[in-house]
Amino acid sequence: MKIQAPMIGFINGLLVTIKTTLRRPVTAEYPSVEKRLALSDRYMGFPALTWDYDVKEPYCTGCMVCVRECPTQCMSAQMKDNPKHEENLSRRRKIIDSFEINLGRCILCGICVDVCNFDAIEMSHEYELSKYQRNANRVNLNQLLDMGSSFQNKIGWKPKQPQKNSGVPQPPKASEESS
Amino acid sequence: MQVHQQTSEHSDAIDLMVNMGPQHPSTHGVFRLVIWVDGERIVRVEPHIGYLHRGSEKICESEQYNQIVTLFDRLDYVGNLNNELAFCLAVEKLTETVVPERAEYIRVILCELNRIASHMLFYGVYGLDAGATTPMLYGFRERERVQELFESVTGARMMHNYIRIGGVKEDVPADFEKNVRKLLDDLKQGVEECDSLLSQNEMFLARTKGVGVISGDEALDYGVTGPALRASGVVEDVRVTDPYSIYERFDFGIPVGSMGDCWDRYFVRVEEMRESIKIIEQALSELPKGEISAKVRRIVRPPAGDVFIRTESPRGDLGVYIVSDGSDKPYRVKVRPPSFANLQALEYMLKDTYIADAVLVLGSIDIIMGEVDR
Repeated sequence: MKIQAPMIGFINGLLVTIKTTLRRPVTAEYPSVEKRLALSDRYMGFPALTWDYDVKEPYCTGCMVCVRECPTQCMSAQMKDNPKHEENLSRRRKIIDSFEINLGRCILCGICVDVCNFDAIEMSHEYELSKYQRNANRVNLNQLLDMGSSFQNKIGWKPKQPQKNSGVPQPPKASEESS
Repeated sequence: MQVHQQTSEHSDAIDLMVNMGPQHPSTHGVFRLVIWVDGERIVRVEPHIGYLHRGSEKICESEQYNQIVTLFDRLDYVGNLNNELAFCLAVEKLTETVVPERAEYIRVILCELNRIASHMLFYGVYGLDAGATTPMLYGFRERERVQELFESVTGARMMHNYIRIGGVKEDVPADFEKNVRKLLDDLKQGVEECDSLLSQNEMFLARTKGVGVISGDEALDYGVTGPALRASGVVEDVRVTDPYSIYERFDFGIPVGSMGDCWDRYFVRVEEMRESIKIIEQALSELPKGEISAKVRRIVRPPAGDVFIRTESPRGDLGVYIVSDGSDKPYRVKVRPPSFANLQALEYMLKDTYIADAVLVLGSIDIIMGEVDR
């Protein structure tokens, strides 16, 4: 930590800036879609609901565990009996009826994803909040499923517990036992 | 900046009361400093805090333990992982959880990277405080690299919620070691560049040398900790003097200053970044395989009792005190934020300096208002 001779430090600083002018810029232009920074796979954007393509229904059964565990109480959900289960098209007896997340309240902590037993909620790669209406950040079930399915297609999402959470109906006996 | 005519009891030989803040750009948040000046010389200052009070400690009492980690992210919002670590260590001590080795190493690597990112932010902003615009571009460039790595590991750039009670959230990605080594090479070069850009610059030296001097004894009396204390020549670092986690396994130095002026407080942080790089290199070469989290119940219910833990956050000695009544929510959480204690010494440091140096002295103790007001 000793002080150098006069002017040496000043000249060293100038050398650093001269070196930098010859380098490529490290900044990205945010609003343009092509030039913005790429997100890593683990990026946690807003929570979104996943879509089960095999039986064409959401993974979510409306068990409300995410609603209870959310630190900011930004969600609400309601379940109903699954009509597809009665026709033996799906293994899920209950299915989500309505789901609302207030994205303005969400703090992106990812606790809802950790506690979900059905692989039904994921942190998507959406992160833009500015909307034209005051309440446009209260997203409903359809919007959440849109966000979720575009996220699934983007990263090639697979359920973490495919055995347990697949909605494909199994031979009658097994489906009665396991569900 | 508003200027009022002096009317009150501090009347003899005082010209003006200058009201700096709360919307002053150089106060690092919403912080109001009332300065009584005699000509250009500061006679007395009075800090006013509380503009960013969110009641974090009170909210903690109505949240479950694993939800509180998200609140600790938001106390010191540039040293997030260090804050998470402090809370998780406290709960682990209370529940007597043994954290797996791999999780401990991952925690140390990420916390030290966080320290570098925080000091890089200080470096950039301090350059701005001193009137130099260029250092900010360099500081933020290096910080951005660290945040990019955080994004690939934790999923978020600032509010990670990655360190959990009993370990970490998930294992690091496969190319983590390679990425960190590359990042360290970049950072080493970056720290050298930053150092040669600003540290010995004559205008910067003229602004900071001998300004805001505080002696080691005075600093200890005021409860100053962290880089601000070490700049006054006191060898005190919780990582060494009262080791937590696995810090006793690593070999690193404690940079100390000699005078306790603004330049020492600045340079101690630059040196500390180099020491952090040493710690990360050692931790990375020893990174073991295995579990990343101990077996913890989803809803943590510690036994009734209380616990205090202190850690070295980028700003100093961060203490967390938890009283548990055996339920799933703490009875009381008290945070001892380093910035708050460091701010107490501001009045002493600013006495008899020039008013133009007020911003510089305030910047040199590196306060984060989110932590001061909680």
